[in-house]
Amino acid sequence: MNLAFFIQYLVAGITYGTIYAVVGMGFNIIYNTTGIINFAQGEFVMLGGMVAVSLHHHLPLPAAIAGAVLVTMAVGALIELIFIHWLSRPTVLRMIIVTIGISILIREAALLTWGHDVRVLPYFTGNEISAISLGGARISPQAIWAVAVCAAMVLLTTAFFQWTMLGRQMRACASNRVGAAVCGLPIRNLVTLSFALSAGMGALAGCVVCPITYTQYGMGTGLAIKGFTVAILGGLGNSLGAVAAGLVLGVVESFSVSALPAAYKDTVSIAILLGILFVRPSGLFGGRAATRV
Amino acid sequence: MRPALLRQVVLFLAVAVVFQLLAVAGGQVFLLTQLTMSLYYTLVVLGLSLLMGYAGQISLGQAGFFAVGGYTAAALCTWDLAARRSSEWVAAAERTGLLTARTDAFGALVLTVHPWPSLALAVLLSMALAVVVGIPVLKLKGNYLAMATLGVGTIVYSIPLGTARLGAADGISGVPPFPLLPGISVDGSPRSRIANYYVACVVLAVAMLLLLNLVHSRVGRALRAIHGAEDAATAMGIDTARFKVRTFVLGAALAALAGVLLTHFNGAIGPSEASVMKSVKYVAIVAVGGMGSLWGTLAASLVLNFLSLRGYFGTLDDAVFGAILIAVMLFAPEGILRIDLRRTLGLAARGPRAPAEPR
Amino acid sequence: MPLLRVSSLSKSFGGVHAVRGVSFDVEKGMIKALIGPNGAGKTTLFNLVSGFVLPDAGEVRFDGRPIRGVPPHQVADLGLSRTFQNIKLFAGMTALENVMVGRHVRSRSGFLASMLHLPSTWREEAEVRERSVELMDFLGIAALADSEATSLAYGQQRAVELARALASEPRMVLLDEPAAGLNMRETAELARLIGRIRDRGVTVLLVEHDMSLVMDISDEVVVLSYGEKIAEADPGTVQKDPQVIRIYLGEEEC
Repeated sequence: MNLAFFIQYLVAGITYGTIYAVVGMGFNIIYNTTGIINFAQGEFVMLGGMVAVSLHHHLPLPAAIAGAVLVTMAVGALIELIFIHWLSRPTVLRMIIVTIGISILIREAALLTWGHDVRVLPYFTGNEISAISLGGARISPQAIWAVAVCAAMVLLTTAFFQWTMLGRQMRACASNRVGAAVCGLPIRNLVTLSFALSAGMGALAGCVVCPITYTQYGMGTGLAIKGFTVAILGGLGNSLGAVAAGLVLGVVESFSVSALPAAYKDTVSIAILLGILFVRPSGLFGGRAATRV
Repeated sequence: MRPALLRQVVLFLAVAVVFQLLAVAGGQVFLLTQLTMSLYYTLVVLGLSLLMGYAGQISLGQAGFFAVGGYTAAALCTWDLAARRSSEWVAAAERTGLLTARTDAFGALVLTVHPWPSLALAVLLSMALAVVVGIPVLKLKGNYLAMATLGVGTIVYSIPLGTARLGAADGISGVPPFPLLPGISVDGSPRSRIANYYVACVVLAVAMLLLLNLVHSRVGRALRAIHGAEDAATAMGIDTARFKVRTFVLGAALAALAGVLLTHFNGAIGPSEASVMKSVKYVAIVAVGGMGSLWGTLAASLVLNFLSLRGYFGTLDDAVFGAILIAVMLFAPEGILRIDLRRTLGLAARGPRAPAEPR
Repeated sequence: MPLLRVSSLSKSFGGVHAVRGVSFDVEKGMIKALIGPNGAGKTTLFNLVSGFVLPDAGEVRFDGRPIRGVPPHQVADLGLSRTFQNIKLFAGMTALENVMVGRHVRSRSGFLASMLHLPSTWREEAEVRERSVELMDFLGIAALADSEATSLAYGQQRAVELARALASEPRMVLLDEPAAGLNMRETAELARLIGRIRDRGVTVLLVEHDMSLVMDISDEVVVLSYGEKIAEADPGTVQKDPQVIRIYLGEEEC
């Protein structure tokens, strides 16, 4: 493999990797505040792209994207308010099943609204053929957009959790729910916020990658599996770990295309997931025992 | 045989007969076709019910075992070895009856694996997969177990989808009838519709009897103990890992059996049978029927599968099951049909009810 | 040879020494108690002996046979049974069914035999049921047989758990705070029961906070503090041991 191919694969891997990282972070945010693994996480990415495409018919691109993010955040918040909140005794089994149900509903609603069509947003800058040359490889500017936007999201979110009052409150909620409640933190609202935040992040990632990967009603499930893989790989609850893990997964997956038939590309991430679950469920960077339920 | 359980199964068969007679009388014989399919799908669901309702372990990959069974049978029974007759192997296999010469749908003479050895292989393969997957996967709990089974199910789905030999997206068709007994074969032809309906009923009845026996036994208690308080179960000498895996394997065997028979009945199989959505539907049905109630699950399965196959849910089929999942979990986690069915029937052997959910 | 021999057992959890070089013996037919302030490592010791936790160092021998690293279900099979501090009865099952599960190691019907309901299974089921009923009778809770186990009163649940632990006809039983949550009358009743259990030939090792119970029924007492053994003797001697008094009353000077 020459340098050009190598860089091509690497860039593709990093591009997808940042998306996976964002989905993984979304998982972590919700998991951290509620202990729930939100199977519907992938649907937020799908919704972001889909809604943006629809809005773009009437609005300029930036506004469409902003709108899509807001709409998806609203959906995320609604999900929490309507479904999650009702669970009086949320056992793990029930949570899993409910979020699976939710992901199905969202997917079917998308199918009903937008049909089977594959949809695409225009490139933010340039078009399908514009490319930046790097070491012989041709890199789409959109890939750079994707990485930049996702990286910015990761940094902002990390800063948010580290330095803002609200962020700290959410972290408190995560490490000790009862204690947080006793301190008077508005747990309910924080939980809703965590859903909205995860949804928004996913949506933005969905928008920024849409020109490259397109968007279709069914893309959520695969992303959810990969996002979960990333979250576990990086240590459940560990957001920076998720970033590293996302990049690892993206790159490995990308290079696997050079070795395996393309049809098996998704299988790579699942194999990694299974491998991690069997061998080291606490992930590469996690510390806690992962039979933690 | 326990008299109470036997009575329940006999009642089930009686109801089945009544249905059949009504269908014929009302000129709606074609309903029996969807009912037959529902009966086979119920085998899959029952296996899952044992795992989820009694042992308390979730699996989002049950459809994978159905597919392994069905695809194995389909592939073997449509694999024409006529050209290889010169090989010793093939000749020997034909002599011993493992292979059978027949005419396919186009009238050509083919030499394919006989359905009986193909059935055996299909079920064994499914069980072997369950062992290989089950041992590591069932050490996981909760979310991890769900995701792992989801992952395995997705891999199983992608195999036929990506393999030309297995028909890729179109699946395999032209699957011959299954010669069950002299005069009775499992196929989709209109004239054997009624016979096939009864074949499915009997297969399901036998499976129910075996499962009911299991649930009322030492093993059933051990499973419920695992569900109720796994640490305590271990302390009482129950090898929880082994029980979970065995339950998983039993479920895989039932699913594979259903897969084989249904594939012969339909004459074909496609990758959608292994899809995640199918697995999710099975989970939804177990949830509705009441985790831990075999009859409840059976009833829920027959009703929901029948409605789905008849197209009552239209294009919203997946959405309906998604909504069912959510509704049941929010409002009736013990299952809708669980209590009613037992009281109404009035002949529930005062028997075991699994705890509703794992701790 | 003692029935249970614990030698230099140690276990740390992330830097905290839960158990540190503890050694003691339990002779056959004895009732031995493990006492000590909260956090002294008593339950950890139970978990180490019953196979739920792997020791960092040290040995455990049951009837001469080393059982370090043996998984809990096999430990039960060897004749060592236990109860739990926070009563882990099987939810969704009746009291009788709970006790019947206790007899798991004395029965053998597997998947196939059970599905086919072979005659060997009938007989075994009948025997398991009979023994379980008998055991519940012995403990005076036969009337609770068909009640859902977790819906019973606390004291009754403890009794059911006790029956369950005895159902396997163990040679030794580990009781983890059996008197927790019981009132005086119930505790006295418990004392009687433990005595009768011993009379049936079962060796008892119990962890307990209730001093009156401990002093009343134990043949010997082991005192733990911060993971170490401070004393081991008959109740009378232990009560007078100045070290023991100090760890219970603290080090304050009056």
